[in-house]
Amino acid sequence: MSSTHENITPCYHCGEPCEEELIEYDNKTFCCQGCKMVYEILQENDLCNYYDLQQSPGITLKNRDFKEKFAYLDNEDIQQQLLSYASDTLNKVVFYVPAIHCSSCIWLLEHLDTLRPGIVRSRVNFVRKEVSIDFDPRQISLKTVVELLATVGYEPEINLESHSDNKKHRSQRRLMLQIGLAGFSFGNIMLLSFPEYLGFEGLNPELQRFFSWASLALSLPVVFFSALDYFISAWKGLRQRYMNIDVPIVLGILTLFGRSLYDILTASGPGYLDSLSGLVFFLLIGKWVQSKTYESLSFERNYKSYFPLAVHRLQNGRKEVVQITELQAGDLIEVRNREVIPADAELLSEQANIDYSFVTGEAATVIKSRGEHIYAGGRQIGHPVQLKIVKAVSQSYLTQLWNTDTFEETTRYDSLIDRISKYFTVVVLLIAALTGLWWYLHDPSLLLNAVTAVLIVACPCALSLATPFTLGNAMAILGRHKLYLKHMNVLEKIWYITTVVFDKTGTLTRGSSGHVHFHGRLSADEKILVAAAAAASTHPLSRQIAAELLPAQTLQPTRFHEHEGQGLEAEVSGRIIRLGSAAWTGATPPDNNRQTRVYLSIDDQPRGYFTFGNVYRQHIEQAIATMQKHYRLVVLSGDNEGERANLEKIFPANTPMVFGQEPAGKLAYIRQLQQNGEQVMMFGDGLNDAGALRQADVGIAVAEDVSAFTPASDAILFGGSMPLAGRFLQLARLSRLVIYSAFAISFLYNVIGLSFAVSGRLTPLFAAILMPLSSITVVAFATFAIRGLARKLKL
Amino acid sequence: MSVIVMLIIIGVVVAGGFLAAFFWAVRSGQYDDTVSPSVRMLFDDKKPENKEVDKKENNPEDS
Repeated sequence: MSSTHENITPCYHCGEPCEEELIEYDNKTFCCQGCKMVYEILQENDLCNYYDLQQSPGITLKNRDFKEKFAYLDNEDIQQQLLSYASDTLNKVVFYVPAIHCSSCIWLLEHLDTLRPGIVRSRVNFVRKEVSIDFDPRQISLKTVVELLATVGYEPEINLESHSDNKKHRSQRRLMLQIGLAGFSFGNIMLLSFPEYLGFEGLNPELQRFFSWASLALSLPVVFFSALDYFISAWKGLRQRYMNIDVPIVLGILTLFGRSLYDILTASGPGYLDSLSGLVFFLLIGKWVQSKTYESLSFERNYKSYFPLAVHRLQNGRKEVVQITELQAGDLIEVRNREVIPADAELLSEQANIDYSFVTGEAATVIKSRGEHIYAGGRQIGHPVQLKIVKAVSQSYLTQLWNTDTFEETTRYDSLIDRISKYFTVVVLLIAALTGLWWYLHDPSLLLNAVTAVLIVACPCALSLATPFTLGNAMAILGRHKLYLKHMNVLEKIWYITTVVFDKTGTLTRGSSGHVHFHGRLSADEKILVAAAAAASTHPLSRQIAAELLPAQTLQPTRFHEHEGQGLEAEVSGRIIRLGSAAWTGATPPDNNRQTRVYLSIDDQPRGYFTFGNVYRQHIEQAIATMQKHYRLVVLSGDNEGERANLEKIFPANTPMVFGQEPAGKLAYIRQLQQNGEQVMMFGDGLNDAGALRQADVGIAVAEDVSAFTPASDAILFGGSMPLAGRFLQLARLSRLVIYSAFAISFLYNVIGLSFAVSGRLTPLFAAILMPLSSITVVAFATFAIRGLARKLKL
Repeated sequence: MSVIVMLIIIGVVVAGGFLAAFFWAVRSGQYDDTVSPSVRMLFDDKKPENKEVDKKENNPEDS
């Protein structure tokens, strides 16, 4: 939407322009009844502080109607799944509320108890966008709680899968404890090693023994608690005959500990316990950084979150609420306005008006009549319809697409670090063996000393820090520009991409605000009439028309009727406006129509039609220009060829363009590319690209609204950031360079360390300086290099 | 010289106390969410008794 809104009053509650309605209340303007209602609720309960903390903090309530939507929450089975604690007097529940976005949100949600008696306590976790609510089930039901949340604009996303992540929570706390302990031991052992650092020769031997033993005692928890996860991971890897990076780390830790134990027991030296605890401390911090980046970006979702969890089943003339997984072929269900059709079904009602925008990204709705087959994933717009389930949920269209063999790829992705570590361990062992052999021949007394020194100093901790810090920083930079990666591995996969495939609708073009053209003639007065009629409808196309016409004055239709699936009829200032299909307005449609059209008649006179063109994203050609240097580009579109000429202006000559592709066709096309040895990246949108996005080596879902992502994708890109995509890929490629350079630095330290170790001259003091120094250099280099490069790319 | 042994023991015990405090803090969930509490402490909680007064104060645009 454009600058035309600047002179429109923003809504006091949600800040959106009041373009369709303007309600004045209490000297404030509201864009819809919903927003005004929230304001009233807050005012009555003395919670207007909400508006002081942040300007227009609310969430728009336009087009929200949930009369029966949450009825399924009265079902006991569902309640049991959702409640984390239940007794007669107190229930606890945690909701994921994607709308939480500012401090006002926290404030309001934590004052729910003043809004409604029965709510005992509510607490927000801002980072996780969760609100945990304790309520008294005798006074308020779960359904009412959810309705209250939805009324004030914080509709929770209820997903029966989402309550299993307690485990993750606990492992995060465990990591904190491990870091704390390692830090404690590291500090204290360093303190005890001070005489050593200062080369204090005249130290009382008894005291020295005491220091050594104290260090040993302090290091035990580091080895057996803080470093435990490395042992487990290395062991698991080895059992699967797989050499992961943790194997050489564990080797290093064990050698350090064993050598120190030996030195202390035989009183032959102070050992390397300070290096050991420092090493573990730095490694754990790297791990923590890594898990922090994941936490803020995790969007692992289940396809079930796209479908309503419960539906109304009609049985023996009664309506009941059942979970979708209980649905069977032959069941009758009722689907109401804006509800998603959960499974492939046959239409029993006279007519249905299905909005497949969920699946295809196309705004136009499809009219279905009695007996027709309706695919899962569409939404009914308008009156409630009755359907007969043809296939159970698990078999329907979308799930089939989801469950194709390609989605269950179990092949383990070898990250760069895994591949290096295979050789690394072998090489280190080889050097150790050669050193051992040499010393055995020359001076066997130094053999043990030299061999353990090699294993200690070769420990790849700097190596293992390079990747998380580089990629973690790159991910954070990309996240700032609204490209959210599922995993760091995605960046590594981008290094090898050779072909980039684009979907058209919603990716290259903007999804909802297409260019609206009127073919015919309208006077300025008539425009106002038509705009008033269109504005009264919630249909996506009507709204586009209303937004396009943008009348100078607002009129209210005196009579309005929307005939589901055909069009609308409105009486404005005594004239009859009809908008809708050709049949509805009495126009004659052309034979080979390639466009989405809405016809208009005024007083039963056909006046022409609206077409909805494709608007390409601004500056999209920048992204294409940057990408064409490095990649082969392909356009795959589900639409007809009407846009070929426009696309050819944006893309370089000879770009393959394939039109009229079904979802399965797109998937097959990408597989074909891959069979020809290409590494494919796909930018797509909508659920019907899910298969193709998943098949692609890197699938990026382009979404206007970040909460509307596709689970099959490797990354979500906010539509508005599409023009930056070229630079995103450049940064991803540069991250490889940074990692390699960091590896080089790390290897350099290893070479220096090894040269001392091999010659048997590695002292504990030297190790204590060298090892943390290498870690710190690598971390600093990785962080500054990637950030500097990003700044150079203007990211 | 044994005074240094005493000092080290005391030092480690004091540090251990802080470590225990850290353990307690992590276990009780204080590190689970580090953003919301920083915002929460800035909220002014008002008592319902002075409702009338507050209303005027809270709607600066009314005045």
